[in-house]
Amino acid sequence: MIPELGQISLILALILATLLATIPMYGAWKNDTRLMALAPSLVIGHFVFALLAYLVLTVAFINHDFTVTYVAMNSNLLLPFAYRLSAVWGGHEGSLLLWILMLAGWMLAVLMFSRALPTVYRTRVLAVMGIVSIGFLLFTLLTSNPFERILPGPPDGQDMNPLLQDPGMIFHPPLLYMGYVGFAVAFGFAIAGLLGGKVERDWVRWSRPWTLIAWAFLTAGITLGSWWAYYELGWGGWWFWDPVENASFIPWLIGTALIHSQAVTEKRGAFPAWTVLLAIAAFSMSLLGTFLVRSGVLTSVHAFANDPERGLFILGFMTVITGGALLLYALRAPRIMAGEGFDFVSRETALMLNNMFFAVSAGMVLLGTLYPLVSDFMGWAQVSVGPPYFSAMFILLMTPVVMLIPFGPMSRWKKDEITRIAKPLAISAAVAIVLGFSIAAYLGAWSARAITGWIGGLWLIFGTFSYLRTALRGRRRGLPRHQIGMIMAHAGIGVFVIGVAMVSSSTVQRDVRVEPGQTVELEGYRFELTEVVPVKGSNWIADEARFRVFRGDRELFDMNPQKRRYHRGGQIMTQVALRPGITRDLYIAMGERLDDNDAWSIRIHIKPFVRWIWGGALLLALGGLVSASDRRYWRESRTQAQKPARADQSGRTNAAGDEVPA
Amino acid sequence: MKSTTGRFSFFAVTSVLGLILGTSLGWASAITPYEFNDPANEARFQALSRELRCTVCQNQSLADSDAPLAQDLRRELYEMIQDGRADMEIRQFMVDRYGEFVLYRPPIASHTLLLWAGPFIMLLIGIAIGLITIKRRRKAL
Amino acid sequence: MIKMLVPFGIFVALVIMLIAGLDTAEERQLVASPLIDKPVPTFELPGLYEPNVQRSNADFVGQPWILNVWGSWCWACRVEHPFVERLGREAGVPLVGFNWKDEREDALEWIDRYGDAWTTHVVDFEGRSAIDLGVYGAPETFLIDHQGIIRHKHIGPIDQTIFNDLMRRIMELRSEAESA
Repeated sequence: MIPELGQISLILALILATLLATIPMYGAWKNDTRLMALAPSLVIGHFVFALLAYLVLTVAFINHDFTVTYVAMNSNLLLPFAYRLSAVWGGHEGSLLLWILMLAGWMLAVLMFSRALPTVYRTRVLAVMGIVSIGFLLFTLLTSNPFERILPGPPDGQDMNPLLQDPGMIFHPPLLYMGYVGFAVAFGFAIAGLLGGKVERDWVRWSRPWTLIAWAFLTAGITLGSWWAYYELGWGGWWFWDPVENASFIPWLIGTALIHSQAVTEKRGAFPAWTVLLAIAAFSMSLLGTFLVRSGVLTSVHAFANDPERGLFILGFMTVITGGALLLYALRAPRIMAGEGFDFVSRETALMLNNMFFAVSAGMVLLGTLYPLVSDFMGWAQVSVGPPYFSAMFILLMTPVVMLIPFGPMSRWKKDEITRIAKPLAISAAVAIVLGFSIAAYLGAWSARAITGWIGGLWLIFGTFSYLRTALRGRRRGLPRHQIGMIMAHAGIGVFVIGVAMVSSSTVQRDVRVEPGQTVELEGYRFELTEVVPVKGSNWIADEARFRVFRGDRELFDMNPQKRRYHRGGQIMTQVALRPGITRDLYIAMGERLDDNDAWSIRIHIKPFVRWIWGGALLLALGGLVSASDRRYWRESRTQAQKPARADQSGRTNAAGDEVPA
Repeated sequence: MKSTTGRFSFFAVTSVLGLILGTSLGWASAITPYEFNDPANEARFQALSRELRCTVCQNQSLADSDAPLAQDLRRELYEMIQDGRADMEIRQFMVDRYGEFVLYRPPIASHTLLLWAGPFIMLLIGIAIGLITIKRRRKAL
Repeated sequence: MIKMLVPFGIFVALVIMLIAGLDTAEERQLVASPLIDKPVPTFELPGLYEPNVQRSNADFVGQPWILNVWGSWCWACRVEHPFVERLGREAGVPLVGFNWKDEREDALEWIDRYGDAWTTHVVDFEGRSAIDLGVYGAPETFLIDHQGIIRHKHIGPIDQTIFNDLMRRIMELRSEAESA
């Protein structure tokens, strides 16, 4: 398949996207069924050509077609097959192709699963997503074409960055992009609603699973990135508040607020304007993230490409999309429905508070990330904003949320009393405090951070299970999936909090000089270095340090960290030796050879409960997916005539405070 | 790959690359086995080396950087701690030479007021909006 | 209505700042020196050809001078070398080569191969004085006035444009020194 075919496919996709953004959109405005009927075939065609372009690039990698510049820059003859496949999205240009493909895929999915939606509305959603696709296709074709050629092609390519030759790195970008692009669906729904002048609850219900799925994927992608950094980068950290990490975290925070706001708008009709605004913000922050990572405007370890010209294009694109959306919001938002009332103590208030904290947190991370820019813009001193700022602020802002979470599900819609909610939760709180102290004492983790972490995490877990008990009361069948998902997710946060608290307060780390034959003792473990030997790999050569690990008198296992040197680029990489465990990870990294006697500098970590960080986050993501699979989101809506008027507005709730359908 | 950057940016990029390449040719490691007589000092060393930025790296602390300059700075840090200097003094030492850029925890000063106060201002605005919203929604009850 | 435009307004402010940020992205890659208009930090370092002789910043008081940080391992130093040579010939002030984190033999060999552009040499093998100067990479070039105050620092290799700028500044410092 010649690479030019890929370029032509992209151009065709662009043409179709342009048609989709204009003709059916005009048809929706004029209520012209014939014009709107064009949308489905345009969406399908758009997807087909996006897929074709992606496959052409993939085939170029498989066949080692080094006449394609992008292939030559990101692959070589020695690169294993799996990494050749993932190299497609390993660089800037190819990753854009992945974006485009995923966007086209989501558009197709919306088309296929949305027969219940009114045609005008659905057409607008697809047309708006088409506009987004135009932007990305133009960006790719004009500034970042993956199909550019070098003729004659070099005999071999450069190597893929060894850091990327890793299973963790294969899945990280696709998962993230599923999230970013998925927020475009929520964005499409919001804009379509504004264009039409109203936001029907049915539509919000309809957009919820898409948003949940996108959010879950983003959660998984961020988690994977964190886990990968931990074992690959050799310094034992799991989050650095680096601008590129923040670029993915800000949409996540807004996305979290969004899924909760959607719940309120769907159930009670309240906050329609906030839901729309959050949907616009979530996708805009995804675009902003794309900008930050590729424009060179911020210094980061991870940045893709530093090209201010490309940055300007993305910025222009973002201005059109977000600026246009926000102008539309200013014009139309007052008109969309106001929704039901609610009292001071109610689930609405709890969720509103929750969203407020998440939105402020997102604002804080954005402020901190962009502050060096602000300071420079204003002519102030050159400053750095790093983990000490972000961690401190984040903990401050999230602590009220952690305390609040168990109250949310327990409270009734519309109106509730504190005493009713507080009683079952008081028991959870008491148990959490007692158990938290006891566990911290047993572990010897006497710091304030560890203790509050245990108490907070257990409070979340027990508080959520308290809800589980309440919800199950009087139910013959099991809980609906959206409740199961919520329980999983909230409990997952508890697990996460414990992990973070323990790792940040009780990690033991030593940098030592070790000679073969010597032993290092740490927290009851003994690490004996037996020898340091040279080892060869497929495209690298390494020094491997062989450690035997003892606990007391018992020999446990071996740990063999390596210091690798890759042939092609000469890069030196630290291959950490990791011994994962449920309650602790053992971690050894090699430093450098110290001049005498085969001695090496070695870093040994004992990281308590670090797996709980990713375990909790995975629970969070799974909870989102489970929730999204709930049938109530996917069933056809009853028509307005059939739906009993009072079903969603009555005070008929079961013990758990959920609506009971009429 | 066609370069789309202009002439000035070419020099800027190569000079930055030159700096980084130049210093990274003498490869070192972030792992430095210093001996401390007092475990509290070791904790201070670890904390400070995480708080101080490696000026020659893209975005890494002294604790995480393999650059030779980072190694030199860690050595200075170690000696200052052994010398009995206070944390504030050590930070000031670094700032005097490299500017506030070298601190990952920005100082609380007039030019960082927006940074430190910003989130709280946002929070207050959020709470105000929340209260107004609840008031309105109660009327609709 | 105004209320509804607030999000749009915030967004516009953000975009303006990001555009400005793009513009300044390259210069923000460089760490600005806090030592401008401050006295050059005291140093006492051995020479390169005569390692037994100690040279100090005090030796150069009374006239403006240039401090150029370099090393044989530094690739960009090779690139800027022709301009450093011109500085040495045309500036009319001492051009001190500050050999940083380098082995003496490597430095001498490098000079043998590419030429000695500097009028005097000091060697900082350990890097301690470099830290005092806020050096974080090579090449870096400092312009110091006749009273020992650092007046300008250039980070990165010298090209034609920068060379012209440096020459202009040196001429200004020289006339300052003469009228003093």
